[in-house]
Amino acid sequence: MPVRFDKIYDVVVAGGGNAALCAAITAARAGRSVIVLEGAPAFYRGGNTRHTRNLRCAHDGTAPTMTGPYDPAEFLDDLYRVTGGETDKALAQLTIERSQELIPWMNKAGVLFQPPLGGTLSLGKTNAFFLGGGRGMLNALYRQAEALGVVCLSDAPVTALAIENGFFTSATIQYEGLPHQVRGRTFVAAAGGFEANIDWLRQHWGAAADNFLIRGTPYNRGDVLKMLLAHGVKPVGDPTQMHCVGIDARAPKFDGGIATRLDSVVFGIMVNRAAQRFYDEGEETWPKRYAIWGRLIAQQSEQIGYSIVDSKSIHMFMPSIFPAVQASTIGELAGKLQLDAAALEKTVADFNAAVRPGTFDHTVLDDCRTEGLAIPKSHWARKIDAPPYYAYPLRPGITFTYLGVRVNEESRMVLNNGKTSGNMFAAGEIMAGNVLGKAYLAGIGMTIGAVFGRIAGERAAKNARN
Amino acid sequence: MPATDLPRSAALVEADRLMTICNACRYCEGLCAVFPAMEMRRTFADGDLNYLANLCHQCGACYSDCQYSRPHEFNVNVPAALATLRNDSYAQYAWPRALAPAFARNGLFIALTAAASVAAFIVGFVAWRDPAVLFARHAGDFYKVMPHNAMVILFGAVFVFAIAALTLSLRAYWRDINGEGDGRAVVEATGDAARLTYLGGGGGGCTSENERPSAQRRVFHHFTFYGFLLCFAATSVATIYHYGFGWHAPYALTSLPVLLGIAGGLGLLIGPAGLFVLAQRRDAILTDAPRRGMDTAFLAMLFLVSLTGFALMALRDTGAMGLLLALHLGVVLALFLSLPYGKFVHGLYRYLALVKYAREKRTAAFVD
Ligand SMILES: Cc1cc2nc3c(=O)[nH]c(=O)nc-3n(C[C@H](O)[C@H](O)[C@H](O)COP(=O)(O)OP(=O)(O)OC[C@H]3O[C@@H](n4cnc5c(N)ncnc54)[C@H](O)[C@@H]3O)c2cc1C
Ligand code: HEM
Ligand code: SF4
Ligand code: SF4
Repeated sequence: MPVRFDKIYDVVVAGGGNAALCAAITAARAGRSVIVLEGAPAFYRGGNTRHTRNLRCAHDGTAPTMTGPYDPAEFLDDLYRVTGGETDKALAQLTIERSQELIPWMNKAGVLFQPPLGGTLSLGKTNAFFLGGGRGMLNALYRQAEALGVVCLSDAPVTALAIENGFFTSATIQYEGLPHQVRGRTFVAAAGGFEANIDWLRQHWGAAADNFLIRGTPYNRGDVLKMLLAHGVKPVGDPTQMHCVGIDARAPKFDGGIATRLDSVVFGIMVNRAAQRFYDEGEETWPKRYAIWGRLIAQQSEQIGYSIVDSKSIHMFMPSIFPAVQASTIGELAGKLQLDAAALEKTVADFNAAVRPGTFDHTVLDDCRTEGLAIPKSHWARKIDAPPYYAYPLRPGITFTYLGVRVNEESRMVLNNGKTSGNMFAAGEIMAGNVLGKAYLAGIGMTIGAVFGRIAGERAAKNARN
Repeated sequence: MPATDLPRSAALVEADRLMTICNACRYCEGLCAVFPAMEMRRTFADGDLNYLANLCHQCGACYSDCQYSRPHEFNVNVPAALATLRNDSYAQYAWPRALAPAFARNGLFIALTAAASVAAFIVGFVAWRDPAVLFARHAGDFYKVMPHNAMVILFGAVFVFAIAALTLSLRAYWRDINGEGDGRAVVEATGDAARLTYLGGGGGGCTSENERPSAQRRVFHHFTFYGFLLCFAATSVATIYHYGFGWHAPYALTSLPVLLGIAGGLGLLIGPAGLFVLAQRRDAILTDAPRRGMDTAFLAMLFLVSLTGFALMALRDTGAMGLLLALHLGVVLALFLSLPYGKFVHGLYRYLALVKYAREKRTAAFVD
């Protein structure tokens, strides 16, 4: 069927990930005509959603794939704790309240869940795992949307928005080589953050941004976000901040996804280009330890770090996608990493000399620590003395950015003049900063997208009828 | 297989590359048995990969769900890589080794075997009896054309050969994959094979026709599989009737062997026909495309065995019986001859992989 560009759609959705489809399905079920405009080619549709694995939800413990229960109050505590209170309390409560509806809603849309197996058991209580991962869930949502008559275009980036006084009338897209006007009664912005826009990242991080790796697709460039801000929509979230983890430096520039993650850091030492340690590798337990290293490495010269372990530890963490660099002496390892051999030997020797005896247990904050170092290792410190030695190079891997648009409990955009938009809504990463002012709680990205996607769909449907 | 200094085959190298990526990703762990088995390992020796390849049911789910499939630079395509390795493994374990090439051009091999076998029966009937016997009416009595004992000796010998060849191949396989099992594992594997648990994409259904999961492939395989078993049962019952009770064929339409044969024969018409149609619709990217002839040949043989069987039953009182008997016996003989050198082996290799999996699921731990 040819795409109709002459008609006025009830709901125009920009983006094609979790948030976009939750909104589209909800509006279509309410009987509205919906068009989804996804900027990426079909394979890359659903930007970062393709790379996800689970969503966090409060539940009473009866979900068959979860070990729960996870009480809403506990969820709220967790959220307050990680964000240090940098959250809109009303929206946070709403997110958690409505997270309880997500598993049945997803099931109805054809999304299946599984119990977690190896490596992620610790999340079995709080997070529901998608069968087949994010792409599996996304395929199910697309099938559902198409069955409901939603027009889903891919390779159709929104290049301009016609907005007057906070009121949307049409979006311009580039589709099959031509620009088209897509007119609509309401608009849902679900086009993600700007993490793949290196120029934008460079504004805050300077040349260092050129060495960042982007974990998700190259298509989350924040164009829709920029257009909305230019049209007077109120921003939310720190524009300089991003969620950034240490990933294998050999990962592709874009779209390396989950498989490039490395869990080796706490088992050894981390050094920079000067072969010097720069942070306490044993400071905290997972998942925080996983999340801090991206930023720390971003502050080192050339934005690279090297995690060094010995044969005692090499089999203690999740298998890596790329093989470790291996050598029989520390000097040889330094050579292979193109680090100063004498400097690395000294760093390792100083570290080894500072290690105190203890009982190693990486599942708790154990008593293995160093003494007398300027930068201590507070837990899990064991001498690096059992060859062969191994190293992984790490770079900052950007997951998402925090800057977004301000919304209210209806998912409706708030304007700089304090008014709310007449017909514009936002959902997902593009507004996640309302709930998640800083830091991260595993699985909450999908929760925010699904909850506010559904709310946006409900409200847009209602709006379009009036 | 003893370890050799030969470089690894391309199929092994690719399977190793993919399992290393998957083991760092693990998003597909809920889809089937392959990924949990993978998670019990950190590195993948040849035997491990051959085991995983035969554990895969080629449902396709992990391709449509993979965020790293083509055009992503990781170019992950687990169903195709494992299908290729699986077909390589059939050749690797084949006994005698001289017949391993049969897997490379399997369609041709099976077609030639079938044609030669049918021709041999026609020539045989004519040479041993006389040309007239081929076209005479025998009131449904096959043994007028070919004596019962001759049939038993011929088919018995081929059957024994097939069993011996399969046993030796399976032994090489079991050693290569470090096979381990016990009673409980056998029971569990039997259940998983009987239900084809892992042809379901973990619950979403088989995605091999397109991205829409469906149960069709499993249903048609059930027709084929149980059709085959029923035909086997029909022959066994007839053998017991013959030797145990002295009741000789032809049997009445309502007798047990004929009823079992009809039910099984219907399964072998419906099942392979359905599987063939689905195979035409399947995206070739999910398959070992150059060797799809192996599937087609096996489907054709099963279908022909049944079709010629029904034709024989319908026309056994006419003058066409002699030729039809040659045709039917020729196809059946060719099927038995080619059992160890064609698609049939998949059932046995997969079954043993399921046994090993059922056992290690209880005894091994995930690597994390
Ligand atoms: C490797 C990785 C793993 C993750 N794992 C998890 C997890 O397990 N659980 C979790 O909760 N979160 C996870 N996240 C975070 C999660 O991906 C996001 O929070 C979530 O996907 C956001 O959904 P969304 O629909 O808002 O955005 P996306 O899914 O990113 O969708 C945005 C869409 O907008 C499109 N778009 C961009 N610009 C335009 C334009 N101009 N016109 C049209 N379309 C446009 C993009 O192509 C994209 O499809 C992970 C992120 C990464 C990178
Ligand atoms: C031990 C039990 C068996 C198992 C676990 C099993 C499993 C499978 C699976 C998973 C497939 C699809 C993937 C592929 O093509 O390789 C398949 C295909 C097939 N099986 Fe089996 N099988 C078994 C026994 C049998 C038997 C006994 C027969 C018939 C005699 C049979 C006939 C076929 C045929 C004809 C195909 C090809 C179908 C196609 O083109 O898709 N199988 N089997
Ligand atoms: S097939 Fe793809 S999604 Fe599935 S485990 Fe492997 S890499 Fe991950
Ligand atoms: S094709 Fe199906 S059975 Fe094979 S590995 Fe993928 S999900 Fe498992």
